[in-house]
Amino acid sequence: MKKRGKIGSIIYIAICFAFFYIPIIVTMVFSFNSSKSLTRFTGFSLRWYQALVEDRDIMSAVGVSLSIAVIATAVATVLGTITAIGLSRNRKVVKEWLINVNNIPIMNPEIVTAIGLMILFSSMKIQRGYVTMLLAHICFCTPYVITSVYPKVRSLDPNLANAAMDLGATPFQALTKVIVPMIKPGIYAGMLLSFTMSLDDFVISYFVTGNGVANISIVVYNMTKRTNPTINALSAIVIVIIIVTLLIVNLVPEAVKKRQEKRVEKNKRMMQENMDSRKLD
Amino acid sequence: MSNKIIELKGLTKNFDDQQVLKGIDLNIYENEFLTLLGPSGCGKTTILRIIAGFEEPSKGELLFNGIDISKVPPYKREINTVFQKYALFPFLNVHDNVAFGLNLKKVDKSVVDQKVSRMLKLVGLEGFEKRDVTLLSGGQQQRVAIARALVNEPKVLLLDEPLGALDAKLRKEMQFELKKIQKEVGITFIFVTHDQEEALSMSDTVVVMNNGIIQQIGSPEDIYNEPENRFVANFIGDSNIIEGNMIRDCLVCFDGIEFPCVDKGFKENEEVEVVLRPEDIDIVEPEKSKLKGTVASIVFKGVHYEIIVKTDRRDYKIHTTDYHEVGKSVGLSFTDEDIHVMYTMEN
Repeated sequence: MKKRGKIGSIIYIAICFAFFYIPIIVTMVFSFNSSKSLTRFTGFSLRWYQALVEDRDIMSAVGVSLSIAVIATAVATVLGTITAIGLSRNRKVVKEWLINVNNIPIMNPEIVTAIGLMILFSSMKIQRGYVTMLLAHICFCTPYVITSVYPKVRSLDPNLANAAMDLGATPFQALTKVIVPMIKPGIYAGMLLSFTMSLDDFVISYFVTGNGVANISIVVYNMTKRTNPTINALSAIVIVIIIVTLLIVNLVPEAVKKRQEKRVEKNKRMMQENMDSRKLD
Repeated sequence: MSNKIIELKGLTKNFDDQQVLKGIDLNIYENEFLTLLGPSGCGKTTILRIIAGFEEPSKGELLFNGIDISKVPPYKREINTVFQKYALFPFLNVHDNVAFGLNLKKVDKSVVDQKVSRMLKLVGLEGFEKRDVTLLSGGQQQRVAIARALVNEPKVLLLDEPLGALDAKLRKEMQFELKKIQKEVGITFIFVTHDQEEALSMSDTVVVMNNGIIQQIGSPEDIYNEPENRFVANFIGDSNIIEGNMIRDCLVCFDGIEFPCVDKGFKENEEVEVVLRPEDIDIVEPEKSKLKGTVASIVFKGVHYEIIVKTDRRDYKIHTTDYHEVGKSVGLSFTDEDIHVMYTMEN
């Protein structure tokens, strides 16, 4: 009985993983296909990668996506962090209200935000293009930063900033030397969220862009109207980048920790040796 | 005593519509160990936060060496604080926590190291430089907090209930240690607590507060032996408080009996309150005393018994090392000096 339960759960997990990963693997495998077919693998080739690099539309879209993701993340992180810290110092009523208001853009269907922004930009007669897309991305990324930073700020001892100022720190120094280091995990989480949200956004970007400015999602959407394995090559590269990023995010802190431990041990050993040599004297 | 270092003049503080300090006048001297004592919500922590600079007084003056500093931000005051839950920086090790203030002042690294290790030695944490502060015990964190404040060589150290989070035994140790540190560095300590025993055993001066008003300022002996009113008598130690009236100087009447005493300066027949400390009352044979009653209960408290004696007017609380059976008729005896007469509270 117990054993059968175990087998059942293994099968269940296997199916889950199959559903998640088979499409990705298929995409990656077919990016190396020598023919245009998406169903028959006719031989290994780097043809689609070459096509990808030579496609000016795609390459400029990659540039747009990356630059917008980087700038929007930076701006949203600063804005969101400052807001979260300010929020925590407010009266309770104000706090609760603003947190709820902040949740609306997150809960809101993306299409509503998209149309809202589009109408806003056109009613203000702002030419749609790169700048509008960037503004829109900052706009939808900031709430994510606030939601990931705010709980960290709230869990701080309210006396920490006071302690820093008591020891001679100006309010700005208290912020940079004490508050920010303590809420770093929240800030990083918000940054990562913003970056991924911005990088793969389609709906909002599609509505607020213009003048032929397109990011990866928009280009891919336009390309899917006909079979084009170049998308597979692009997807494969994006997947590899994401896997590498995840590995770094998860493995680097581990490695840093190990190195620190090693250093502490070395210190201990040195102290021990010092004591020993003193004894010998 | 020596020079005044801090003066509070008519200090008030309102939070929204609530007045938490109602006119505080207080002088604090150099090298003094002063304790602000009172129940929670009495305003003692607010006074500390005003002196530190985290709150601005609504009215009144805060003088530091004769200069009004009520508008000076905390980072420009020569005052440092040990916070209630220590507020150590968890991402820094012991050395970096203590060095925080010096590093902000861009002090030379070798000087910083020297000062930090000297300070850690003072608080008994020699060799703890590289330790993670979050892995220290409560008592050790406390010491780091003290070192972090003292390393900046402040003129005044503020301590906000710093022993509250420690267990009873450690608290006793730290009381002794704090007093020792204060003598060694020779600066003013302003200590906030609600624990009367802590206040009495450590301070040069105790300031008893209630409801945003100072009730009494005095040495621990004064506060204990000569409480100025019912609140102080009740808050500091156990006491029997009896209404009576002053017949004339050195003669007080309570429970319908006249007793000679040593208090003077009251109006004739003025209504007063009399304090009798439980440990000052002796139980004697009934015929040897003016005040008679029966033992109503006896509880063993460790060092002494706490006995309640019922007289025809009231119950008296008595601390004695002798055992007396419940129901026994006894007399109560005390000397003239044991009777302490106070003004009744206006409210």
